[in-house]
Order: sequence, then structure tokens, then C-alpha cells
Amino acid sequence: MATKTQNPKAWLFVLPVVALVAFNALIPLMTVVNYSVQETFGDNVFFWEGVKWFEQVLHSERFHASLLRQLMFTSIILTIEVPLGVAIALSMPKKGVGVSVCLVLMALPLLIPWNVVGAMWNIFALPDIGLLGRMINGLGIDYNFTQQPGAAWFTTVMMDVWHWTSLVVLLAYAGLRSIPDAYYQAAKIDGATPWAVFRFIQLPKMKRVLTIAILLRFMDSFMIYTEPFVLTGGGPGNTTTFLSIDLVKIALGQFDLGPAAAMSLIYFLIVLLLCWIFYTLMMRHEAQ
Amino acid sequence: MSEISLRELRHSYLETPQTDADWALKKMSVDWSEGGAYALLGPSGCGKTTLLNIISGLLTPTEGEVWFGDRNVTDIPPDQRNIAQVFQFPVVYDTMTVYENLCFPLRNRGIPAADVDRKVREIATMLDLDEMLPRRASGLTADGKQKISLGRGLVRSDVNVIMFDEPLTVIDPHLKWVLRSKLKELHQRIGTTMIYVTHDQTEALTFADQVVVMHEGTVVQIGTPVDLFERPRHTFVGHFIGSPGMNVLPCEIENGTPFFAGRPVPVGHSIAYRDGTERLEIGVRPEFISFAADGIPVEIVKVSDAGRYSIVDARHGAHVIKLLVPEGESLPADGAHIHFDPGHTQVYADGWMVN
Ligand SMILES: Nc1ncnc2c1ncn2[C@@H]1O[C@H](COP(=O)(O)OP(=O)(O)OP(=O)(O)O)[C@@H](O)[C@H]1O
Ligand SMILES: [Mg+2]
Repeated sequence: MATKTQNPKAWLFVLPVVALVAFNALIPLMTVVNYSVQETFGDNVFFWEGVKWFEQVLHSERFHASLLRQLMFTSIILTIEVPLGVAIALSMPKKGVGVSVCLVLMALPLLIPWNVVGAMWNIFALPDIGLLGRMINGLGIDYNFTQQPGAAWFTTVMMDVWHWTSLVVLLAYAGLRSIPDAYYQAAKIDGATPWAVFRFIQLPKMKRVLTIAILLRFMDSFMIYTEPFVLTGGGPGNTTTFLSIDLVKIALGQFDLGPAAAMSLIYFLIVLLLCWIFYTLMMRHEAQ
Repeated sequence: MSEISLRELRHSYLETPQTDADWALKKMSVDWSEGGAYALLGPSGCGKTTLLNIISGLLTPTEGEVWFGDRNVTDIPPDQRNIAQVFQFPVVYDTMTVYENLCFPLRNRGIPAADVDRKVREIATMLDLDEMLPRRASGLTADGKQKISLGRGLVRSDVNVIMFDEPLTVIDPHLKWVLRSKLKELHQRIGTTMIYVTHDQTEALTFADQVVVMHEGTVVQIGTPVDLFERPRHTFVGHFIGSPGMNVLPCEIENGTPFFAGRPVPVGHSIAYRDGTERLEIGVRPEFISFAADGIPVEIVKVSDAGRYSIVDARHGAHVIKLLVPEGESLPADGAHIHFDPGHTQVYADGWMVN
């Protein structure tokens, strides 16, 4: 084994980052922790409450419902976006001007601010004047996303797929481009079917980037706020009230800072835990 | 199995080739006889891989046809040509075990499981891979991967041709030697046509019955190792094969006799030399030059010991001529002369041998 060089001065260089992280992550987080164990009625007067808010949140049906909605939403968009993104990446051209055209087209949705995406889809899907809304109704299907939970879900999912599949496409495409030609040539000589080429060459080579894509999409969709907020405002009723929307409702709508803080922490731990499980599973598979 | 013939073949990677240099392969017609052990020898970039890929069908030639026996396969995809090819860079299917890797080409062709197993184990033994069969291929070292790559080319019996594109580049010299003799052995046993690409002359000469020498997209000579050594058809072959390579010296021809530095150089075979060539040269290998009482006067400039003989650099005017002197033989003192063996001295016009 190589011997490691020890140089305590290195810590000096890490210091700025530590300070930065402290200011933009640790200190805000600690305020949240502070709120989560106390009750306040303003004027900076606090009463110690212990784990009361945590118990309350964990037992609240409202929280369970939002969490379930959130999990459903995330699973749905992952099951659509990952295979779809891979499929699009596979069918993209490998050389010529087509490559840049496709890449630019793919990057476009990613460049649009989230609230604009929400607003766009809101108008796009309006049953009376929106292109999509009119079209679906024109097909004889009764569609009104502001009133029907199913339609609201459908629109929200479509919006997310439209906005974020590109990310999967770009990552998967990068993975595909890194496969040397020799692999495809060998597969041809070995008489491999297109499916076998996908299964034994393309998929394994894309695994790393797909892991990253899935992780990113998981975290992002689990914390989704702006787009559904602009599109449906969490409605109709509570049917598209995902965790973060619910959190904002509690914190800013009802000004229940204690429960909101406790919920934030639980939310944060769930994301962390799921990411950890997911990452560990992927890496364990890799190591085999 | 069948004879492979390339007819009026020409290939360019460009859409619209303009100059001569745009052609990766210049017009050629080559026949590879059934059951031959060929080496395809040439420097980097001369078109060896291109030629293999055309034979295997990975590339469709810009012009010309590829025939396997009496079948024109020019437009037939690789998997239907019944050929095996081992690539320059090892390709392994990472997620499979070594065993599955070797099975892959057989299973894809629907061969019964029992035959697959028998064949795979046989090849694994030959390549010394038995122990590794259950291991995942991704964890292997570079030479392990190259062996798998090689193995996948060898597991199929009854192919028209097995082509190896510098299959042993990342393998260390000793193992390289072992594997090469195993390939040779396999060839003698199964008698399948084999084409072995290399840019290493020793590798080519030890493996092949016939060596195909390529240079800048042209096949310059096809012949046995002895042919290449004794009668290089092109000065390039003379340079490229043998170490040190052939001496190539400018000459003039008068009345059918070549003159070097104003002296006639006797040449064994008659010279059917036509006027009008740009560049005339004589070529003679260091092995066929000796010191003599008279001949071309030279000055010895360098002597390097190469074991059983010494390589002597002798200078005449601006020309340095290399010759081999067997170990133990003394070098002449001042006023040395050298003599070319007429039977092994050739005249080259524009690089090509005149005969
Ligand atoms: N895919 C390609 N596109 C364009 N030009 C190519 C391509 N492949 C090879 N060439 C060119 O064709 C010529 C012959 O290449 P080729 O790979 O056949 O040489 P080689 O003899 O196999 O060389 P090496 O010993 O380095 O493998 C080279 O000039 C190379 O630059
Ligand atoms: Mg090559």
C-alpha cells in the first residue's frame, strides 16, 4: 500500500468551504431544529415542547396522505422518465448535424424556469382555451384538471415528464457515446440480437450515469414544489398536495412553525434515508 | 469453409474520395486459399483493420466484391458470413461471467447446450482460463480480458475464417509466445483459414505460411517468409522485413547492367528494364554482402555486436551500406571492399522489383 502524505495545512484550505456550508446549510438547519422542539407565540418567546411536534406529525393522517401522494408521484415519474429517456437516447443520431440539433432540443425544457413551466402547462391544459385541454376534450374525453383529481394528476405527471425526461436523455446519451465501436462490432460478429446488445453492452455501460439520473430525479421529484403549485395549487381539494406544498401550507398558511419545522426534519430524513438505501443498493450491485 | 477472394476491391472512408491518399485501401485483388495461415503485416495505419473489417462484413467496400467460395457476400452482414474476428482492443461483456462470455457467440446461434459447454471448456483449457470460468469478466486483468476476447473468436467451429487483429498486444512477451504457438497448433489441428494481423515481423513470420505485406493501403507482396526475405518485391518489404532491413542504393542502368557509384553491379537474373522510370535502385540485404578483395571501396564507420554476428556500417561516398559479418570473422583493415551476392541483388524501379 502507498503511504499517505499527511499535511495538516490541508485543513486550512477546507476552511472556506466549511464556513460556507455552515452559513447556508448548518445554521438554517439548526434554526429549524430550534423551532421543531419549541412552541412560540411570537416576540421571540419560546416554550420547550420536546418531541411533541414530531409525534404529532408522525401520527397525522394529513402527513401520511401527502407522503403517500409524494411516493406515488415520484414512482410514477421515475417509471416513465427513466425508460423513456433511455429509449430517446438510444434513438438519437450518433453523428452528423442531427446530434447538435437533438441535444439543443433536449436541453431546452431544462432551461425554462420552474414557475414558467407551471404557468405554461396551466395555460396549455386549460380545458376551454388551452391547446392540450381543447384537444383532449375534442377527442370526446371529459377533461378538466382544475376539477378532476385524475386529470390533475395526469397533467402534473405529463408536465414533469416533459420538463425532466431530457435530463435522463442527456445522461444516458453521454453514457452511450462512451461505448467504443469495438463493442458493437464484436456483438455483430458474435451474432447478438439488438436486445442482447442493449442488455449486455448498452445497459451495463449506462448503469453509472443512470444511477446518477435516477438519484437526481428521485430527489428533485420528491421535493417538487413550484411546478405543481403554479399548475394546480395542490388541488383539486388536496389531491395534488405533495409534501413540500403541504409543508408550505402548514408553515406559511397556518403559521404552525413548530409542526412545520418537525415535518421539515422528518421530510429531510426521509429523503436522506431513501437516497442512502438507493445508493447502497446500486453500489452493492456494482461491486458484485 | 471456402476460399475467400477479394475482387477489384477499393475502400475509402470519405464520401467523395479525390486524391490517391483518400483511399484507405487502394485497388486490390487478393485470394486467401482455404485452410491457409496468413499473417497480415504492415505498419500502423496501412489499412490492415480496414481490410479485415471488409472481409468480416463490418465495412462494405466502396468498390469491388468479396466472395466466399462461389458466393458473393459483399452485401451480407457479418453474422451471416460465418466468420470469427478478434479485435485489436479486448472486448468483454462486463456483466457476464467468463464462461458466459465464451458461450455468447454459440448461444446466439442456437447451438445445443451440451455442445456449447464442451466447446467452451475445450477453448478455456487451451487458453488456460479454466479457473476463471465462474468469475465475472469485468474483474479480470487486461490479459485475461484479451484471452476472453480471443476465446470468443475460437469457440465456433466450422467458420470460414478466423481473423485476429493484433490479438496479443497487451499480453506480456512470454505468454504472447505461448498463445501464438497454441494458435498455430490449433490451426494445424482444425485447418480453418486464419488471418493474423500484426505489425511485428517476428510474430508474422512465426505464425504464417503466407505473409501478406501491406503498405499505405496496397498489398505489396504475398509470399512465404523465405520469399519475403530473399526476393522482396518492393523496397518497402525489404526495409520492413529483416533486421537490419535491406540496403537500397541508387543506381543507373546501361545496357542491362546496373551501375552503383560508377561501378557495374552484377545481378543474377536478367533485367527486363523498360526505360522511363523515375527512380532506379538496387536492393541487397546485409546478409548477402561480404568483404572482398576488390569491389566497391568502403570505409568502416561503425560496428555493432548483435550476438552471432556483427552489423557493420560501411560508407561509400554519401551512402551507408550495412552488412553482416559472422562472429569471429575479422574485419579488414584500411582499404576494405565489399561484394554483393548477385543471386540476391535486385533492381527496383520506382520501388518495385524489376524482373
Ligand atoms: N472509421 C474510420 N474513419 C475514417 N478513417 C479511418 C477509419 N478507420 C481507419 N481510418 C483510416 O484508414 C487508414 C487505415 O486504417 P486502419 O485502421 O485500417 O489501419 P491499421 O493498419 O489497422 O493500423 P493499426 O496498426 O494502427 O491498427 C488510416 O489512415 C486511418 O486513419
Ligand atoms: Mg488496426
